[in-house]
Amino acid sequence: MNTATQNPTLVAVRAGLVRGRTELRQTFTNAQDLWNYLFPTAVFLVVMVFMRGASVPGTSFSLGSRTLPSVLGAGIAFTGLMSVAMLLTVEREDGTLLRAKAIPNGMLGYLIGKIVLVSGMSLVGLITTLVPGLFLFDGLAVGGLGSWLTLAWVLPVGLVATMPLGAVVGSMFANPRNTGVIMLPLMGLVATSGIFYPITNYPEWLQWLAQVFPVYWLGLGMRSALLPDALSAVEIGGSWRHLETLGVLGVWAVIGLTIAPVVLRRMARRESGSSVAARREKALQRVT
Amino acid sequence: MTVVDQPGVPTRRPVTRGGGTALEVRGLRMRYGSNDVLTGVTFAAHPGEVLALLGPNGAGKTTTIEILEGFRMRSAGEVTVLGADPAHGDERWRARIGVVLQSWRDHAKWRVRELLAHLGSYYACYSTDRIRRPWDAGELVATVGLAEQADTRVGRLSGGQRRRLDVAIGIVGRPELLFLDEPTAGFDPQARRDFHDLVHRLSDDQDTTILLTTHDLDEAEKLADRILVLAGGSIIADGSADELARRVSSEAEVRWSRDGQRFVHAATDATRFVRELFAQYGEAVADLEVRRASLEDTYMTLVREFESGRREAAVRSFEVVAR
Repeated sequence: MNTATQNPTLVAVRAGLVRGRTELRQTFTNAQDLWNYLFPTAVFLVVMVFMRGASVPGTSFSLGSRTLPSVLGAGIAFTGLMSVAMLLTVEREDGTLLRAKAIPNGMLGYLIGKIVLVSGMSLVGLITTLVPGLFLFDGLAVGGLGSWLTLAWVLPVGLVATMPLGAVVGSMFANPRNTGVIMLPLMGLVATSGIFYPITNYPEWLQWLAQVFPVYWLGLGMRSALLPDALSAVEIGGSWRHLETLGVLGVWAVIGLTIAPVVLRRMARRESGSSVAARREKALQRVT
Repeated sequence: MTVVDQPGVPTRRPVTRGGGTALEVRGLRMRYGSNDVLTGVTFAAHPGEVLALLGPNGAGKTTTIEILEGFRMRSAGEVTVLGADPAHGDERWRARIGVVLQSWRDHAKWRVRELLAHLGSYYACYSTDRIRRPWDAGELVATVGLAEQADTRVGRLSGGQRRRLDVAIGIVGRPELLFLDEPTAGFDPQARRDFHDLVHRLSDDQDTTILLTTHDLDEAEKLADRILVLAGGSIIADGSADELARRVSSEAEVRWSRDGQRFVHAATDATRFVRELFAQYGEAVADLEVRRASLEDTYMTLVREFESGRREAAVRSFEVVAR
């Protein structure tokens, strides 16, 4: 094989795929990452088990079963946003990004690697919650092909809508320990987005607010995939609103994909040995 | 440090190669706000040459090297690195350059050989008939002395091993030009010796041009064909260690003992002086030592002269203002 004639961009894309796969595999071989997968899953499952007795207002359907797909949706948003933001700030501080910058087409490979990694982490997170959930909760509609097809487009669309936003957030924070600042509003958003309780009972202004952000739509999308059709009656507008879901998530994707390359490029341009050294100096001062 | 010229150890070859320049910097200026860090740096490097950039802390060594690496925009001046302006260097240009970065805790979960193979894979499409890229990962771990750690996670390496990995990452693409910013900080003597051997091999066998910064003057003397001293934002001295020593002082110190008595004499032509010494006293001369100004002496003198010169200039300008 004559490697010299290969297209450098293709080479970097392939290297990025390898990178993502390698880093995803690494998340299964250390305690910290396994904990990150299993801890939220365990917490949510316990919460949902306690909700099993209650029913969705206006129906006899278990509130716990309704919460499961909603949590999966919120999980996509959470992983897409937070993981990308955290990885980016941490890897900027520790010099991973600078290394990528120092090799030909390294930034492209790095970004593709991160996309593969975070998508994979999302999928793993989804499976680790869904599989035990299927045993714990009744009434989920997972028999038909339609469920899986819906899941198959909600997940990637959700990731495309949230990962670029995560990249934008990540490039705003120089210090990884500060990214926690966005956790609070994100939690608030989850609380108001009808993840744990239908928002049709909330004040109308709050319903409108929730519908601006991707979390609500990802919850709705996952409910439409995994719940019986009859449950759409208790959603806003009495429908699963697939077109609207696609529309809102699509708008967020366009916003993210427009801003992210600009801020990422600006961030990458500023990376140099001395900027990494300065951050290391600062981080070490914090430790001691 | 330089005692009598050691027999059997050839001094570094003088660089008289032609074939253009690997690196050319003319009137490089860098200004942060109202602070001039570089006020006109000018130097060049031939292919295969090893250059050491010395200078006090804050003299602008790192800034200079980062501009050449294409990681930092300059304020003014002409810079050509492997035929291109680093501010607009494309990926093909990037593939011909190696940068040794100080790692900290990046890629902690990767295994040493796995990481080198991965980073090397980006270079495969830039392989040429003359330079086969990338460096085989298995071969490279052995070259930098990490063969035993090939399957160790990067996060488990000791500080010295990590620095070896940094060097390996810097050369995995078989660069034609290599930048090393304080490469041996934190090395033990053995690692330092190994590193020096590696630098010699890169410049001799592969004709790699190397620009390094260091605070270890002994290292600079051992490695560099040419030494540049950067102070106050410009190059105040440029030449081989011997040339710089001669510039600072033409005299060598001759020490000997005779009949149990010690003597010291400063001679312009030390060889002639010693010849006459032997002619006069013959066997009675013992403990002979000829000591030229070491690079350390030279460096200290150069920087001191420069700084006192600058003080005088400051005083003069103050007087002008006061008048």
